[in-house]
Amino acid sequence: MVKEVSPLEIERNVGNFAYPETHTHDAGVGLTEKTIHYISDIKDDPDWVREFRLNAYKTFMSKPMPTHWASKDLEAIVFDNIRYYLSGGTQPKRNWEDVPDDVKRTFERLGIPEQERKFLAGVEAQFDSEAVYSNIKKAVGEQGVIFVGSAEGLKNHPEIFRKWFGKVIPTGDNKFSALNSAVFSGGSFIYVPPGVKVKHPLQAYFRINAENFGQFERTLIICDEGSELTYMEGCTAPKFNTATLHSAVVELVAMKGAKLQYITVQNWSANVFNLVTKRGIAHEDAEVKWIDCNIGSRLTMKYPGVIMKGRRARGEVLSIALAGDGQHQDTGAKMVHAADETTSNIISKSISIGKGRATYRGLVHIPKHLKNCKNNTECDALLINSTSRTDTYPAITVRGTGNSVQHEASVSQVSAEQIFYMQQRGLTEAQAMSLSVNGFVNDLVRQFPMEYSVELKRLIELEMEGSVG
Amino acid sequence: MNKLSITNLRVSIADQEIIRGLSLAVPKGEIHAIMGPNGSGKSTLAKVLTGHPDYKITAGEVLMDGENILALAPDERARKGLFLAFQYPSEIPGVTIANFLRAAVQARLPEGEELEATDYYAKLYEKMDLLEMDRSFTSRSVNEGFSGGEKKRNEILQLAMLQPKYAVLDETDSGLDIDALKVVAHGVNSLRGPNLGVILITHYQRLLDYIIPDHVHVMVQGRIVRSGGKELALELEEKGYESYETVKDEIGEPAMA
Repeated sequence: MVKEVSPLEIERNVGNFAYPETHTHDAGVGLTEKTIHYISDIKDDPDWVREFRLNAYKTFMSKPMPTHWASKDLEAIVFDNIRYYLSGGTQPKRNWEDVPDDVKRTFERLGIPEQERKFLAGVEAQFDSEAVYSNIKKAVGEQGVIFVGSAEGLKNHPEIFRKWFGKVIPTGDNKFSALNSAVFSGGSFIYVPPGVKVKHPLQAYFRINAENFGQFERTLIICDEGSELTYMEGCTAPKFNTATLHSAVVELVAMKGAKLQYITVQNWSANVFNLVTKRGIAHEDAEVKWIDCNIGSRLTMKYPGVIMKGRRARGEVLSIALAGDGQHQDTGAKMVHAADETTSNIISKSISIGKGRATYRGLVHIPKHLKNCKNNTECDALLINSTSRTDTYPAITVRGTGNSVQHEASVSQVSAEQIFYMQQRGLTEAQAMSLSVNGFVNDLVRQFPMEYSVELKRLIELEMEGSVG
Repeated sequence: MNKLSITNLRVSIADQEIIRGLSLAVPKGEIHAIMGPNGSGKSTLAKVLTGHPDYKITAGEVLMDGENILALAPDERARKGLFLAFQYPSEIPGVTIANFLRAAVQARLPEGEELEATDYYAKLYEKMDLLEMDRSFTSRSVNEGFSGGEKKRNEILQLAMLQPKYAVLDETDSGLDIDALKVVAHGVNSLRGPNLGVILITHYQRLLDYIIPDHVHVMVQGRIVRSGGKELALELEEKGYESYETVKDEIGEPAMA
């Protein structure tokens, strides 16, 4: 008989602050064709984009909510109460000095300019609907790397942009990809020319400052033959009483022999619905790797995917989800093998605290005609309290003879004896919890880039510290 | 003042009284062995002293250097200088011994003071050499996949690193072969001194051949029923606990140590 460890309550103060709104452009509440035209007018969209948006709007309206498998909590999203576009202007600044003071203060509090100086090759900072700052280090730009916002990408680089935009994730992929396609604003467009290896990561930071708001950034990254890139995205929002929606679409393309690594550190507040579609295409000998860390949000539904289209292509998803009390992390991975000798790897670790719930959904598809394909899937869940919940839904279809698949899953619980043992060595209950959780994710975090693993460790500590009664 | 003093302690779990009026005083600098049959409440005493949440204290007090510690959280007691070498130490997957001990040592420093890494490792390696532990141990997860002997060595390593004022060693000899027992005993003996008081809980006399106690107490049915010098252990080895267990029901008042 061991005493129940008291449930942890999530305090997330890192990003929990907001400055008064000073938007000059506001599409108002609710979504109609008029909203789409408003956004297209403000952004001075080319005709093909306006048309793309209007078609997407129709698709969005016609598609039902994913109800038969998804959480009922989705019904709490009232599309008519959301504001779909808010900005103070559409042109990002190249210098932090030129960014409006309140917005600059926000990003300074989040440490973005400091990180840029320290270890990044370029930064884009999005505040509500638009990027307010965008800069790439000169040396990286001179290599021919393009790093701009999606609006600038579609206007100034249509020959690359149009070729891939909406091709990895079609508008009608799901209701939320359609919504994003209709109202998208912000996000990054990146092109890395053949053979260019970008040494330091490019980073985008997505900040929601406004209430009742939906952020719909759209990111498209193309790594041409033999190139390499690491891209990091961070997200925060203040704690509001009303629901906020974040629904991004991210499309990645790795051409022959390219290596593309996409890292997310998400720290949304507990009122954010985070419904994101992320997918990459890996051509011959290319590698697409998602490192996905989901801390916070009210409900996250996100399953980064890789379509391995060329021979020997590799796909990887390493993910960590932390579901605090009242939160639901519904995450996983999709691996679609579409050529011989392709390999994929999924490692997922989830932590559920209090009444938090972590769900793993994985799809692995290897059709019959393919040879020598491999998939490895491992999902481990850690439950902190007896009220915590975890579910695993693997959907693996492997046909044909020369293909192999390996699946392992485990569920463990932090025991009161383990916590007592650590407390007996002088650690507080919160420190003991934090150490347990860090230990649980440790072997995975070790594979992350250094700056990222430090940030993640700090976030886990913040979640645990001061959260025990 | 300079002692761990237990007075008339009564402890229950799920309405069953396990410790029934136990008194014992362990001054700094002394080693007190508590011997007794299985189920006499020895391990319960170890856990209650260190604040395990499962047990309900119904009477009595425990003073450490004059301060009542029963109201303190387990980690507060630990930082004030009370250590328990567990009979069954927990595994902490993914947390290395080096990181775990470092966090424990750091927890004892004043706020804002950072542990000096080089000093820490120098001390860690010194203590590991004492316990004949391979350096590769530092990068292994705490107790995960350890043999019984390795777990016990790891407990004594932590004792050596944390330098408590009082240590309770709960069946530290169980599961050890004779060579490991000698190493562990050597480790404990090297820590012996005027600044450490030890309660050595054991079922067998064997350990006391290597760690010579200053006093031996016999614990039966939640009470100390007899106390004496180290020769008492030999007598118990020879005669067993039967004579105490037959009289246990006749004991009206708890015997005082």
